[in-house]
Amino acid sequence: MTLTTDFNTTEPYNLPDERGHFGPYGGVFVAETLMEPIDELRTAYERYMKDPEFLAELDRDLQYYVGRPSPIYHAERMSRHFGGAQIFLKREDLNHTGAHKVNNTIGQALLAQRMGKTRIIAETGAGQHGVATATVAARLGLECVVYMGEVDVARQAPNVLRMRLLGATVVPVSSGSKTLKDALNEAMRDWVTHVDNTFYIIGTVAGPHPYPAMVRDFQSVIGRESREQMMAQTGRLPDALIACVGGGSNAIGLFHPFIGDTEVAMYGVEAAGDGIETGRHSAPLSAGRPGVLHGNRTYLIEDDDGEIIETHSISAGLDYPGVGPEHAWLKDIGRAHYVAITDTEAMEGFHALTRMEGIIPALESSHAVAYAMKLAPTLDRDQQILINLSGRGDKDINTIAAREGITL
Amino acid sequence: MSRLTQRFNDLHERGRTALIPFITAGDPNPSFTVPALHALVKAGADIIEVGVPFSDPMADGPVIQRASERALAHKMSLRKTLELVQQFRKDDQETPIVLMGYLNPIEAMGYEAFRDQAQASGVDGVLTVDMPPEEASEFLELLKASNIDPIFLLAPNSTEARIQKMGAMGRGYLYYVALKGVTGAGHLDLANVENKLKEIRQWTSLPLAVGFGVKNAETAAAIGQLSEGVVVGSALVSQIEAAQEDPSAALLGMTDLISSMRHALDAASGSLV
Repeated sequence: MTLTTDFNTTEPYNLPDERGHFGPYGGVFVAETLMEPIDELRTAYERYMKDPEFLAELDRDLQYYVGRPSPIYHAERMSRHFGGAQIFLKREDLNHTGAHKVNNTIGQALLAQRMGKTRIIAETGAGQHGVATATVAARLGLECVVYMGEVDVARQAPNVLRMRLLGATVVPVSSGSKTLKDALNEAMRDWVTHVDNTFYIIGTVAGPHPYPAMVRDFQSVIGRESREQMMAQTGRLPDALIACVGGGSNAIGLFHPFIGDTEVAMYGVEAAGDGIETGRHSAPLSAGRPGVLHGNRTYLIEDDDGEIIETHSISAGLDYPGVGPEHAWLKDIGRAHYVAITDTEAMEGFHALTRMEGIIPALESSHAVAYAMKLAPTLDRDQQILINLSGRGDKDINTIAAREGITL
Repeated sequence: MSRLTQRFNDLHERGRTALIPFITAGDPNPSFTVPALHALVKAGADIIEVGVPFSDPMADGPVIQRASERALAHKMSLRKTLELVQQFRKDDQETPIVLMGYLNPIEAMGYEAFRDQAQASGVDGVLTVDMPPEEASEFLELLKASNIDPIFLLAPNSTEARIQKMGAMGRGYLYYVALKGVTGAGHLDLANVENKLKEIRQWTSLPLAVGFGVKNAETAAAIGQLSEGVVVGSALVSQIEAAQEDPSAALLGMTDLISSMRHALDAASGSLV
């Protein structure tokens, strides 16, 4: 079967524009006090992304501290089992701290250091970005404060402890729905209060420009390596890429270097939670509409009055009502397809990979695995699917035990 | 001339500083709001900022966050806020009303529909916290065909270029955020405020209202010496919060605070009330 995209253009893809827009999405929607620090950040980001010394330091850290390049693994047993396309895994779960998040926190922390900022703040949902931020802050000797919704503090206790062991202050957020979006609000409030010495490390490709572009650029190492590795290991590019999408940083990191390769289909997998039809999900691209939240215009899960609705997913890292603006644009232009996987399907993906390949995936990444299980059988055996295995699942064992009635 | 400009002109002639209270629509419940607006006018308010509740009030401190949550618990919305303004207008056609809130409820309604409904309800100004002028061109174009003034924020770290931009794009007044932080935070440094206002006045002749951190009559009077308007939000909303089970006590707490600010402002400026 041939996979197609609706994307037909000879124009080179060169977004965002200078004000951070991906078509109608993205931009800078923040209060006045943040305009100057955002401008300062944008200037530093544009300068250092062209600075050979900065890039060399980043590369060294990615190699010797994170452990890059992460391998691509051919999941042969799983491929045989589903009887279609060959399934490959980009092993971001093997990075230091166990997920792709560290690619970005290393980059932003080096930038913070160059800018003379002494204090790092971050928001976190599942705790993976918080841990990755606390990790680099410890290494660089920077003060670190992580905001985390009370609900997430309760369901991700091991990561809270890890952050505290790393020297970070974890601040539980009790406003709103007490999850990731509220942690982001609180981090913004901290930033506006301490703009002079504080660098805000956003964990995903959302927020005001330059964050969506900057986080993408730091995460694009995933896609760049994948192109080379697939060429070296299989002699050609994959037919399809699959990655889970919460805010969408691991997905954009994989997709972006392939955007010009129109023969490569892209699938972003959102969290359908209890099912899109129940309203209890975290799938703005599948079931939301455009609006403005957290500094950018993008697809949101909101009510008719524009109030943000509480989201649901078994995976804390996907439990977010918005999505990076570049994904909104890739959806609208038809370059990437966005699909949704329920909690139950994600659990099936989790168990399948664990039992067939001996790899325990994060619940976030399990959504991508679950979609691959649907897509692979529709393809031929000589076709190739590359899944971004964005994180490992150790952090989720309490959630899984609770769901399956196991007492630890 | 818009109702806001008219009001500032009148106040200027009388040597009086505009007292601008802020309350959140529907806090602690929808039936409280219209009587509260009238009571604020009686107690000495010249203009009122009405907060539109939003689920994610990124620029607000805990006091106004909780006000939003109380209002949303009663299903308050932008649409219902406009209905409350319309009710207020039945008995008061003089006092300018400025809506203050976040962009997403306006996006959800649609810019044009919002403009038409706000105009019909008697709204005089719109202050959208998370819509800087760079993202506002379409919205501003639509407002031009109405009597609604776009109000912009300026901050201690606003650059000269941005001050010029707001001066050119804003109407009615400019709102100076007196400290780096969220609403209701910290303590004001009057010398810093004075210096920044001087800088701003080099680039604009719009009236300047100062808010964030105005907690009591004393601060209000001091700020009133420097600006054309003083905004009081969190301190007032705290009065509502403290007596949320007892509407008459909440009204009394509010009007006491506003009256004391009114007296302090007038005493400081020696204006004829």
